[in-house]
Amino acid sequence: MKKPISKKQGASRRSFLAGSATGLSSVWLASQWPGILAAQEHAQKVARSGKPGKLGFFSEEQAAEVESVAAQIIPTDETPGAREAGCLYFIDRALTTFDREQQPVYTQGLETLQAKTRELVPNAGKFSGLTAAQQIQVLKAIETTPFFAQIRLHTITGFVANPEYGGNQDKIGWNLIGFESKFHYAAPFGYYDGQSELSAGTRKG
Amino acid sequence: MAKFKPNTQVDFVVIGSGIAGGIMAKELSTAGFQVVILEQGDYLHEKDFRYDQLKKTSTSSLLNDDVPTTFRQTDKEKAVHSTAFRYGRCVGGGTVHYSGSSWRHHESDFIERSIYGPVAGTGFADWPLTYAELEPYYTKVEWEIGYSGLGGVSPFESPRSKPYPLPPMPNKSSGVLMERAAQKLGYHAVPVPVAMLSQAYRGRSACIHCGFCSGYGCKVGAKSSSLASVIPIVEKSGRCELRTNSYVREISVDKNGRVTGAVYFDANKKEVFQRAKAVLLCANGLESPRLLLLSKSSLFPNGLANTNGVVGKYFMPGCGASAHGIFEHELNEYKSVTTTRGIEDFYNADPKRGYYGGGRIDARGNNGPITFALGGLPPDTPRWGSDYKKALKENFNRTLTIQAFCTALPQESNNITLDPDVKDAWGLAAMRVTYKDHPDDMKNKAFFRERALELVDAAGAIKKWADPVREEKAMGHTMGTCRMGNDPKTSVVDRFNRAHDIPNLFVVDGSSFVTTARNHPTCTISALAFRAADNIIRMSKNGSIKAPTDS
Repeated sequence: MKKPISKKQGASRRSFLAGSATGLSSVWLASQWPGILAAQEHAQKVARSGKPGKLGFFSEEQAAEVESVAAQIIPTDETPGAREAGCLYFIDRALTTFDREQQPVYTQGLETLQAKTRELVPNAGKFSGLTAAQQIQVLKAIETTPFFAQIRLHTITGFVANPEYGGNQDKIGWNLIGFESKFHYAAPFGYYDGQSELSAGTRKG
Repeated sequence: MAKFKPNTQVDFVVIGSGIAGGIMAKELSTAGFQVVILEQGDYLHEKDFRYDQLKKTSTSSLLNDDVPTTFRQTDKEKAVHSTAFRYGRCVGGGTVHYSGSSWRHHESDFIERSIYGPVAGTGFADWPLTYAELEPYYTKVEWEIGYSGLGGVSPFESPRSKPYPLPPMPNKSSGVLMERAAQKLGYHAVPVPVAMLSQAYRGRSACIHCGFCSGYGCKVGAKSSSLASVIPIVEKSGRCELRTNSYVREISVDKNGRVTGAVYFDANKKEVFQRAKAVLLCANGLESPRLLLLSKSSLFPNGLANTNGVVGKYFMPGCGASAHGIFEHELNEYKSVTTTRGIEDFYNADPKRGYYGGGRIDARGNNGPITFALGGLPPDTPRWGSDYKKALKENFNRTLTIQAFCTALPQESNNITLDPDVKDAWGLAAMRVTYKDHPDDMKNKAFFRERALELVDAAGAIKKWADPVREEKAMGHTMGTCRMGNDPKTSVVDRFNRAHDIPNLFVVDGSSFVTTARNHPTCTISALAFRAADNIIRMSKNGSIKAPTDS
């Protein structure tokens, strides 16, 4: 049974969801600023230490489950996905820094995931041990839960956020979508302006 | 930079360092007056701005996240916490993070009530000044602040006395597609004027097309924010002190009804009273009315300059409608400025549509990888899994948005008031926003949604969709809350932005607007600031400002 969600949590989740639905994710991002700063500092410290990122919130067992869910949200095929991009580390850091309020959503959500796994796949162990088709079947069954909305939002955000937050490692997400991250460009910028006689910008009136 | 003691009576206290406050401080300090600017936020410099979408507008250093806001649609409801009403809260204000699109109003914008007649349920009115009166100041804005554009090509543009100082930004693929669509449909695509430097100008560097405009501070100072354009001049004047982390809680008034200065909390939340001969309130369309309402006294029990009860009323936000399309080839809209081509063919209201409303439309890309990945794909795209990933991969660089900027009618029931229950971190009443679209605004948005879809189609999209028409519940471009007018019974400030009630108080920002024009308020806010400053200098010289008598 779901525990009632505190007022604060509820508001935060609503703004998170509202953000993903309307494209106004800046509203959510806005409410997380102090934590985001802490996450950055944490990530930079890890980067400086030269050691692989340690998990701060998830147990090894939970991490395997979260990573498997993320890997179905953005799967690995001929190109790398959430697993290779390190979205797990983005989520873990989010939950120990700017999104601490979401910890119970994951704790409860992973329980729901386990229960749904057992319900749909008799004699199953962990979600991470299922075949891809079985994992998709389980996730479709929990697609409308707050947990799924949350992990989707975190996975996708981590996949294309600056790599210093732990996800998008080696710019895997940016390379996939074609975001160059050069931060200075010259015209023409795309195909159509490159093709156009009017592209110089000083169109005659 | 100059330094003043709080008990020194300076000539002017300017509240807010956005484009209006920056311009006023620059004009007055370089004209020989002593000025203190009080800015709520921090002083961030180019090196402090980062290319980071996760942080983006989430920086409390850029925006008002420390200042709670509540929202409701009507006064029958209890307002709830909302992070949706946001403004720039750092040196330079909203111009630090805005996209820089900065259009002049048209001649007709100042006289729409005369043209179209009354609109039921609204305070639709003419402005107390004309385009012709403001035109020299528009020119001053474009040349002094640093604008890039191309005058004289739009058949809808009102007369201008001078071209833009810099050529328009290089066109983007969205702009080329907008031109194609406009040509096909018989409309007129014109370069979007931007407060951005297409070439080096007055010691500032040109845009490097990094693409981090909307929501970000410019790392090379090419965005013509208050921070990059006028604040450096203010600091060099030697007559202005800029105090940051200074949160004003009251504009004080003497027994004769003249303002005596401002009381603010410094960075340590210690109260300071800065004395001044006059106060210039430039705190934006939300904070200016809030501060007036907070400044209660026995002479002004309903708040300063609010004898007639109009302060905070007629709140108008920026509102709009949009459609999106996917194209065959790469647009790479994440590069360079937000938008390079717009159309004004539906700018004017048309009684044949059966309601009042108009708008301006531009073409633009998405707002960066995170925003796109979370909400930029067509609504029928799977939300996760391999098909989601495929769509994300293929469409990030091939999607554009046609964005309409629409009218919002001034309604008395839409307002800024003090929330009776919610307090901010300084113990002051939070601002409460009450807003519900007028039926004509909703009809107008539906009309523009259709125009946006037509344009996406005519541009040759291989797939198109449009966002549903929504009531506004999250907004910027806040206007109308201390409206200008000739009649002291129905407006807060006069045609030179002086409070009707108080001879040494001026309110200059989006709150002065009588109507929204077609959104994009910055150019007009800037022109009003130059004009008000000119007039204040004139009045100071002839003694008509009337400083407090007990000074």
